[in-house]
Amino acid sequence: MSLTEIKCENLSKSYSGRTIFKDLSFNISSSQSLTVTGSNGSGKSTLIKVIANLIHSSKGNISVRSDNIDVPRDKWFEKTGLLSPYLNLYDELTGFENLDFFYRLKGKDGSNSHDKIDLVLHKVNLYEKRNELLKNYSSGMKQKLKLAFAVLHEPEILLLDEPRSNLDKAGIDMIYEVSAEQKKKGILIIATNDEDDKELCDSILSIEDYK
Amino acid sequence: MADLIRTSLLIFRKDFKSELRSRYVINSLLMFVLVTISIIRFAIGDEKIENEVLTGLLWIVIFFSASSGLSRTFVKEEEKETSIALKLSSDSSSVIIGKLIFNLVLTFALNILILILFILITDYQIKNLSGFVITMILGNFGLVSASTIIAAIISKANSKGTLYPVLSFPVLLPLLLTVINATKLASAGVDTGRLNGEIMILISYSIVVTVTSLMLFKYVWED
Repeated sequence: MSLTEIKCENLSKSYSGRTIFKDLSFNISSSQSLTVTGSNGSGKSTLIKVIANLIHSSKGNISVRSDNIDVPRDKWFEKTGLLSPYLNLYDELTGFENLDFFYRLKGKDGSNSHDKIDLVLHKVNLYEKRNELLKNYSSGMKQKLKLAFAVLHEPEILLLDEPRSNLDKAGIDMIYEVSAEQKKKGILIIATNDEDDKELCDSILSIEDYK
Repeated sequence: MADLIRTSLLIFRKDFKSELRSRYVINSLLMFVLVTISIIRFAIGDEKIENEVLTGLLWIVIFFSASSGLSRTFVKEEEKETSIALKLSSDSSSVIIGKLIFNLVLTFALNILILILFILITDYQIKNLSGFVITMILGNFGLVSASTIIAAIISKANSKGTLYPVLSFPVLLPLLLTVINATKLASAGVDTGRLNGEIMILISYSIVVTVTSLMLFKYVWED
């Protein structure tokens, strides 16, 4: 896996004149991890969305480098995995069909895709339910499938926004397992308020310090 | 290029499968077409309506059924919050081309149904079939191209339902005026060669709108 780096310089984001955060700077590279903390509505998810290239910052620069080469913004998605409450998969497709669709869409080799998807489904304990439509999944099962979606293509940058949502004890253990694996090979950023989750990462960024 | 075609077709197949299972768009469109054509039947009664007037009525049904259906491909992605997963898995060009193919297939299938029902209930005469088919294909392609990018724009707005006709009417007006005239001439039996002017306008419109859509969609798709 290549050496990946995220560099944020003086990032600011405001909506309709309301400042969410300002002058936020940090660097993070492979094998490093960061917890983003802050009260509800403080802008943790907004920062995650900026890093995932889902929205643009109002000011400042953010860049992703892979092996010291700038990755074009429209290719960031190839390196990023995201688990968040505001991301949904397709209710009309089965768990397997959802993962298969997104795996192929990311340009991954289709020849061994079924094995890869089965492996990830086993990992999140959804293999037995793989052929059920997503609309029949419980909220916890949907969260597990979203975790599978986030890690399926082995992203170099894994963003977990409130990862514990709707998960039982086994599901939370799964998050810990995935986080530990990601820390060994790539970048891990978790947006959370949970004290236990804060322990997962090397450093903490409080969004409240950038108001 | 091969990758763009592959990913666009993946998105089309996903939308097609999803639509067959949910009937999110198909059911409402079928109901719209059946109700509209029934109203036309009741309004006409036993009157003998001229072909020119019927051509106008035919395009009214096509335009409004497109209005009620084509916008939903993007609106659904936003309402069900699946657009983020799509953004994280594909570039914008694949999304717009995939949605465009889906809307084309949906519209052509729907228009075949509209045409069959329309001919059955109104005695609509088509004297130059080849000219009529060319006109319908080009007209529908232009209609779908413009409607798809407008659908992407309105999916970001709060008042989605009211915005579509407001935005689409000025954009589609040149297309509608040309296609209605061409359809009228073709159905009256005018040779296809004499429709060249209209056909060139329809081709130009479709190319301009499709290329513009591909260039602008990136900015619509990314917030």
